[in-house]
Amino acid sequence: MELLGHLYDGFAVTLTPFNLTMLVLGVSVGLFVGAMPGLGSVNGVAILLPATFAIGEASPTSAIIFLCALYYGAMYGGAISSIMLGIPGASTAVATTFDGRPMAIKGEAEKALIAAAAASFFGGTVSVVLFTLFAPPLADFALRFGPPEEFALMVMAFATFVGLGSESILKTLFAIAFGLVLSSVGLDIISGRPRLIFGEITGFMHGINFLVLAIGIYGIGEILWTIESTKGKVTVSQAKVTLRSIVTTVKSLRSCIGTMTFGALLGYFVGILPAAGATPGSLMAYGMAKNFSKTPEKFGTGIVEGVVAPEAANNAASTGSMLPMLTLGIPGSPTTAILLGGMIIWGLTPGPNLFVEEEEFVWGLISSLYVANAAALVLNIAFIPLFMTVLRLPFTILAPIIFVLCVVGGYAPTTTMHDVWLMLIFGLGGYLLRKLEYPVAPIVLAIVLGPLAEQSMRQSLIMALGSPVIFFERPLSLMFMIFAIMLFILPLAKKYFTVRNKNKR
Amino acid sequence: MKKADLVASAVLAILSVYLMVKSMELPIGWLEGEGPGGGAFPFWLSAGMLICCVFIFIRNLRRKSPEGQSTEIFMDRESARLFLTVLVSLSVMIGLIHIVGIYISIPLFFIFYMRHLGKHPWPLVLAISLSAPVLTFVFFEKLLLILLPKGITEEWFYIFY
Repeated sequence: MELLGHLYDGFAVTLTPFNLTMLVLGVSVGLFVGAMPGLGSVNGVAILLPATFAIGEASPTSAIIFLCALYYGAMYGGAISSIMLGIPGASTAVATTFDGRPMAIKGEAEKALIAAAAASFFGGTVSVVLFTLFAPPLADFALRFGPPEEFALMVMAFATFVGLGSESILKTLFAIAFGLVLSSVGLDIISGRPRLIFGEITGFMHGINFLVLAIGIYGIGEILWTIESTKGKVTVSQAKVTLRSIVTTVKSLRSCIGTMTFGALLGYFVGILPAAGATPGSLMAYGMAKNFSKTPEKFGTGIVEGVVAPEAANNAASTGSMLPMLTLGIPGSPTTAILLGGMIIWGLTPGPNLFVEEEEFVWGLISSLYVANAAALVLNIAFIPLFMTVLRLPFTILAPIIFVLCVVGGYAPTTTMHDVWLMLIFGLGGYLLRKLEYPVAPIVLAIVLGPLAEQSMRQSLIMALGSPVIFFERPLSLMFMIFAIMLFILPLAKKYFTVRNKNKR
Repeated sequence: MKKADLVASAVLAILSVYLMVKSMELPIGWLEGEGPGGGAFPFWLSAGMLICCVFIFIRNLRRKSPEGQSTEIFMDRESARLFLTVLVSLSVMIGLIHIVGIYISIPLFFIFYMRHLGKHPWPLVLAISLSAPVLTFVFFEKLLLILLPKGITEEWFYIFY
């Protein structure tokens, strides 16, 4: 009952005219960003976070509503270019191309688009309800955490990249360490002395702003990447959406409820893990739907089940990734890592205390997810013709616009040109690292979590007079550490068993 | 890919060593009554980076990693040219901000990019290049109150404040 009261208060916050405007604006921008090939929620949130500073300082709730609505909208939008172009609008919509594109080629584009939107709405709603139920008890539990638990939890978050990531383990470890080192540039939090001031440039005294890195990698770097991958010409499929096609498609989805529910649940739980997220979540949902299907051979030829499973999963995953961000202060995805950094800039301390001290913010955010989900469904279907035009927009117009937005966005937080140059360097570096198959998501997560990780580690060590045993003495931190160690060993164990099986044969 | 991967791990190893040395400006060991020194956190992490790089290098040489066996080329000529053009024009744009300010450098960048790389018709190029600085000004300076760098054009904007 208390929960309903909180939700009621939350809706009162979300439904004020200003917040509602921000929400609709966020969803629209998100749909647009998601629909653009190559750009996804993380790029949109990184590039547009600086634009929310003025709002965020006055009302963090309005700013987060805008950005979360954008996050949501992008999950819907990703399906549009997957279906119409056959190019995933964002990595989170890769799995949607498998059956979405064949459907469009068969002339069922509008059916695929409507099914994708309806499945996104379904997945989103299921996951937001789960979020509402899980978040308060989890935050309550996390209130008991001291520095050792916080540190152990972060070690576990990084360990998920090693245990569950798809890139080379060595390269993943390198990326984590590199991000953490970058986060330690500036003043040492405990002694107050400057450190890692490269070339004695005073610009490094205030540290490396995570946004400069995020915009560099997800703005500049991403566009450099896309320029190379979209050199070829693409063809846009045609679709005409009528009220009748909406009704018949939604009715036909009744047979897919099981697939969608399964996709939503899977996506939600995969989304909670920091290393996994909407992309693996939707791929897994597609794979599972195929495995459990009575007609697996039809997958890939253009069937509705192949569209609804990943679409329900990627929306559910985006909500899932917000759960640890809001309750534990550990982001579940690169996008939420940037949101977390934004919350710090707006003057909030992420973590369980939010549920005690910032009730308006937390419940406003949660209820906005319900509204954003509905808004995205309506806007998505209503503006399908508009998105067709957007998809025809040449990249040589879009790319310079995004570059300029990145430059202004990199300048805005600190108003120094130092940060703009640094952003360019990170953009280039991020692009090269990505090309060499170094994962970049752990770098972004590490630079956001770095200062918190170092602080909790040093506080714990001071508490224990220098003995690292403290992390293994307290029951909760011991549990996290055991999980972390298991995740670190997982890839080695997997390798050992595959080698042994090979030898047996 | 094999060669590029080798070069990259060597360069990153050098970077790691530099970061280790740089971290040593602050104590990296244990300080009595204070806990770990200010340089310890970055120092040991950089050491970790170095170890990763060394292993990546060795595994590549012994052809144990997928990169070590890859014969794919890192970037073909055409891509490299496009990539460099974009990168240089972007750097020039940022460099020009120091001198002529953002409101001159943005339209120049648009004109170059859309005309030279996009081959779009002039009316479209001019429409976008000239409206971009106006929109930037209205949105960032008027709505969000973030002052953007103007270089020598600073005086032109006095009438707006």
